[in-house]
Amino acid sequence: MCLAIPGKIVSIVEDGHLGLRRGRVDFSGIRKDVCLDYTPEARVGDYVLVHVGFALAVVDEAEAYRVFEALRELDQLDELKESVTQ
Amino acid sequence: MKFLDEYRDFSAVQKMAQAIRRITTRHWTLMEVCGGQTHTIVKTGLQELLPETVTLVHGPGCPVCVTPLVTIDRAVAIALRPEVILCSFGDMLRVPGSTLSLFDAKALGADVRIVYSPLDALNLARANPNREVVFLAVGFETTAPANAMAVWEANRQKVFNFSMLVSHVLVPPAMETILSSPDCRVQAFLAAGHVCMVMGFEEYLPISQKYRVPVVVTGFEPLDLLEGIQMAIAQLESGRAEVENQYVRAVRRPGNRAAQERVSDVFEVTRRSWRGIGEIPASGLRLREAYSRFDAELRFPGRLLQEAEESRECIAGLVLQGIRKPYECPAFGTRCTPDIPLGAPMVSSEGACAAYFHFGRRENNGNPIVSIAGARN
Repeated sequence: MCLAIPGKIVSIVEDGHLGLRRGRVDFSGIRKDVCLDYTPEARVGDYVLVHVGFALAVVDEAEAYRVFEALRELDQLDELKESVTQ
Repeated sequence: MKFLDEYRDFSAVQKMAQAIRRITTRHWTLMEVCGGQTHTIVKTGLQELLPETVTLVHGPGCPVCVTPLVTIDRAVAIALRPEVILCSFGDMLRVPGSTLSLFDAKALGADVRIVYSPLDALNLARANPNREVVFLAVGFETTAPANAMAVWEANRQKVFNFSMLVSHVLVPPAMETILSSPDCRVQAFLAAGHVCMVMGFEEYLPISQKYRVPVVVTGFEPLDLLEGIQMAIAQLESGRAEVENQYVRAVRRPGNRAAQERVSDVFEVTRRSWRGIGEIPASGLRLREAYSRFDAELRFPGRLLQEAEESRECIAGLVLQGIRKPYECPAFGTRCTPDIPLGAPMVSSEGACAAYFHFGRRENNGNPIVSIAGARN
């Protein structure tokens, strides 16, 4: 559960109600809101490594692709499917 | 991917394995302290590519596995209160407490929910102002920045029906405990790449020097792990004990400063009990005084729960310290399975026992079997 999953920032909302800076991040088709406060340098189009809704590092596209494929091959993408159960 | 030969970089994997065989002249035992790395190693059968003289043992790298029984019992007690919505990450809900898991509590009518992020729990608190929303916060340094931000935001937005039951743990003190044990077999560590992405790796320098042990910051892919193993063995063979970084693609020496600052704004270091290992000084995080109004332990002060007794048969503590392998437990795969776990390492997919149950390959009367689970099918 300490893995971070790479995704691409498709939009950024400054001063959102949760966190000062939030991004919509695309994980190969699944989109989630992600807090960008720990990666102030991240811009739209950048790839970030995301852990439980927080971007922790900016990586290049090749690394993002490589990590995502590895996680898919290792069946380690389940946390993306988890959302609040009502 | 079932086996390593399906891995897209299999030729690079074979070359790295050859390099390891070339430099290895003695017996060496290496430990990783990351559930994701354990999962990769066992699932892909990585050990089989290594020389027989190299042994990989799996440390306490799964936060779900080391969360003490008494914390789960307390979470269950809080969850059973009618005003409470208790949230946590999915794996946490299945871990057996001394009598109930959180899933059992849910079946009894408790409002227990799985969340992807601690901010989802904070959102639930905002949406349900008449309920108490409690987040069971477990994890290593990778998860601490997220949980710290949830508390910081709750305070900033004055969401006072939100609280956190904190059972955070830190990797370096656990490494020191393992190295200090008279039974210690570990001669080198692979440090967890994503923990170091947050924390950097300077805190491993004194451990490496004091215990004369190589520490290699390593990613979680098969090729990363083999390269980390190669770097650690190269150090061991040449008598060096240094901190090196295999995972340069994501880890910088100082780590993520913004994340570290928010963690130390909200949390402070404290002693912490680790399930199966016992209390380790300065090995956990708790909320600072300034954030104590968000501390679920203070908000729901149940009677002090006794440290409940673990199953007598379960050897999880020895497994977590790398002293025994999961299949050396008499209950492994028979009286203890992921459906009816005796100990926490059989619960989470990152726990060593569950990984061996699902994917471990070993000889059985001369016949190789894919896994305990596979052999049953």
